[in-house]
Amino acid sequence: MQTKRTIFRNRWLPYLLLAPQLAVTVIFFLWPAAQAVRQSFLREDAFGLSSEFVALENYTRLFDDPAYLNSFQVTVVFSISVAALSMGLALLLAVAVDRVIRANRVYTTLMVWPYAVAPAVAGVLWWFMFNPTIGILPYMLEGLGYDWNHRLSSTDAMILVVIASAWKQISYNFLFFVAGLMAIPASLREAAAIDGAGPVKRFFTITLPLLSPTTFFLLVVNVTYTMFETFAVIDASTEGGPNQSTNILVYKVYRDGFVGLDLGSSAAQSVILMLIVMALTFIQFRFIERRVQYT
Amino acid sequence: MYRRLTAAASVATLTATGAVAQTEVTWWHAMGGELGEKLEEIVAGYNESQDEFTVTPVYKGTYTETMTAAIAAFRANEQPDIVQVFEVGTGTMIDAEGAIYPVYQLMEETGEAFDPDAFLSAVVGYYTDTDGNMLSMPFNSSTPILYYNKEVFEAAGLDPETPPETWSDVEDMSRTIVESGAAPCGITSGWISWVQLENFSAWHNLPIGTNENGFGAVDSELTLNGETQVRHWENLANWQEEGLFRYGGPGGGDDAPPAFYAAECAMYMNSSASRAGVMANSDFEVGFGMMPYYADVDGAPQNSIIGGATLWVLRGGEDEEYAGVADFFSYLSSPEVQADWHQFSGYLPITQAAYELGQEQGYYAENPGSEIAIEQITLNEPTENSKGLRFGNYVQIRDVIDEEFQALLAGDKTAQEALDAVVERGNAMVADFAR
Repeated sequence: MQTKRTIFRNRWLPYLLLAPQLAVTVIFFLWPAAQAVRQSFLREDAFGLSSEFVALENYTRLFDDPAYLNSFQVTVVFSISVAALSMGLALLLAVAVDRVIRANRVYTTLMVWPYAVAPAVAGVLWWFMFNPTIGILPYMLEGLGYDWNHRLSSTDAMILVVIASAWKQISYNFLFFVAGLMAIPASLREAAAIDGAGPVKRFFTITLPLLSPTTFFLLVVNVTYTMFETFAVIDASTEGGPNQSTNILVYKVYRDGFVGLDLGSSAAQSVILMLIVMALTFIQFRFIERRVQYT
Repeated sequence: MYRRLTAAASVATLTATGAVAQTEVTWWHAMGGELGEKLEEIVAGYNESQDEFTVTPVYKGTYTETMTAAIAAFRANEQPDIVQVFEVGTGTMIDAEGAIYPVYQLMEETGEAFDPDAFLSAVVGYYTDTDGNMLSMPFNSSTPILYYNKEVFEAAGLDPETPPETWSDVEDMSRTIVESGAAPCGITSGWISWVQLENFSAWHNLPIGTNENGFGAVDSELTLNGETQVRHWENLANWQEEGLFRYGGPGGGDDAPPAFYAAECAMYMNSSASRAGVMANSDFEVGFGMMPYYADVDGAPQNSIIGGATLWVLRGGEDEEYAGVADFFSYLSSPEVQADWHQFSGYLPITQAAYELGQEQGYYAENPGSEIAIEQITLNEPTENSKGLRFGNYVQIRDVIDEEFQALLAGDKTAQEALDAVVERGNAMVADFAR
């Protein structure tokens, strides 16, 4: 890697040039984050007429609250399912496109389309298809003898939000896998083929290990996605129900803060989320620095 | 954003009327679609009727969004003069003493003529303090009633002119309907919390909580897990199992109306304000009835309670603005405006005069079913169990009710366990609010 060093004549110019970016960061990221931290130590009525310092009470109450612990559990199940489903399917599709010689451009473009659909729209689309009263899928499932009702069945609701969230993420994962596959030298696979390894064996002993940096990167990105960007899908489809079975952490922050007007608890929850995302980012950077090699 | 909107609006009104010193009153509301258009029509009528004040309505989304937006704006000192808040937000608003300007006080201090007795007590009772002072201005109030599909009734061999009166009628009729194949489901319901628990309790003259359902003191307790409520929830769960009842989802129950419109369910319980939607979406003849009751429960039927929203006045504005608010409220509660709004939307009239005007106009005779809601809330003089309810954090308690009902229907809990859990979890929330 090349490094270029520019010398500024004026000592202040570099700071001036940095200022807009810094201002944006401070005003839109650091300040709200600091507000959240401050709020999480307070107990306030909705209108902000009275405010009381309660130290860590908002946090201790959260960890005593079965609903919060449930939300943690739901988030873990949800994240792993979405990541596994979207990455598994994306890998399958990427491997398929890698074998297509003609028209793989068209194929790739088609695959990327769902990524352009806004999460809220995706949520509504799936909500429609799975609607117990007017949806097409429950109607077909009924023909197969399965009584679909995500209004009442926690499992059905979880399946619905996992499918809706994973569907959107497949495109993104697919692009990275395609790029990752293109980076694997064909000579390695050809050599293995000459040695008599079949396609399945070649995939598991050569392609998959060489894809591992991409896979790990995507895993982190996907987990972050499921934890923070699936809000709209949940809001448009299940609203966290039934009986809190799809109430993931980020949705609970919204429910408690904006609907329930319990600002202290909501702030404490967002601080915890902030710590989680910091940990994830840390892992991601550490790993990428160490393992990913661009050839 | 708010500043820009109001600035744009005032420029618009200035150019429109040519007046110079009109005082501007802002009103944040949650009425979308046809109701929103009607609301704007009413406001336009007011603005044309005088040239001292201009009311600017701003649509802020759902009830929750509107309330949250107003609270956030209050914290930033950018609040509107008037905000529309749904009935379960009442506890939160009343408690925010420095933030709200009680309507009776506003009317007194601005010297606006105001007769609290002109209002229907069943409507305003929900929004008065224990001394009988009106705290907010009722705007859109409704009460749950029963709708039924006359064609399905006929196909099932039932009398299409007789709605069910008791819950055992509902059960028998539903079974007849399902067994005869006239429709795949007997009954569905919107708003489980509001219809099948809160109103159910009031209708059977059973307490929802201690201290007159929370009206008397903030540190009250819920008592919704009585014998009759448990029996009703157990029945609903059994009927769901048998296919007689169909759950329409949490909150407002989004899946309930389509099930009724598509003639999947023969009966449907929901707000009287759903009437417009029912009439627009059904291609069959619709019958109306009062809420069913259990005949062996003493004191049933009592009277139903209301839902919907009222207009709260927020502090922090100029005196002239409050004069405008008071003047606008007088306009809003005038019989003509009220009767028009009530007849258009299916919401209850808030004054006796508006109701009488509707009778004179022959509206109720021409529109069968439109009077049931009024008859139902005025069936008996409200008792302390049927005046309404007022608990802190009630928005979250409604969620708890939905969750426990889902747990019941999913077979995870019995009716007794589910309602006990509602009381236990709800009490923790009420206590937390009272702290």
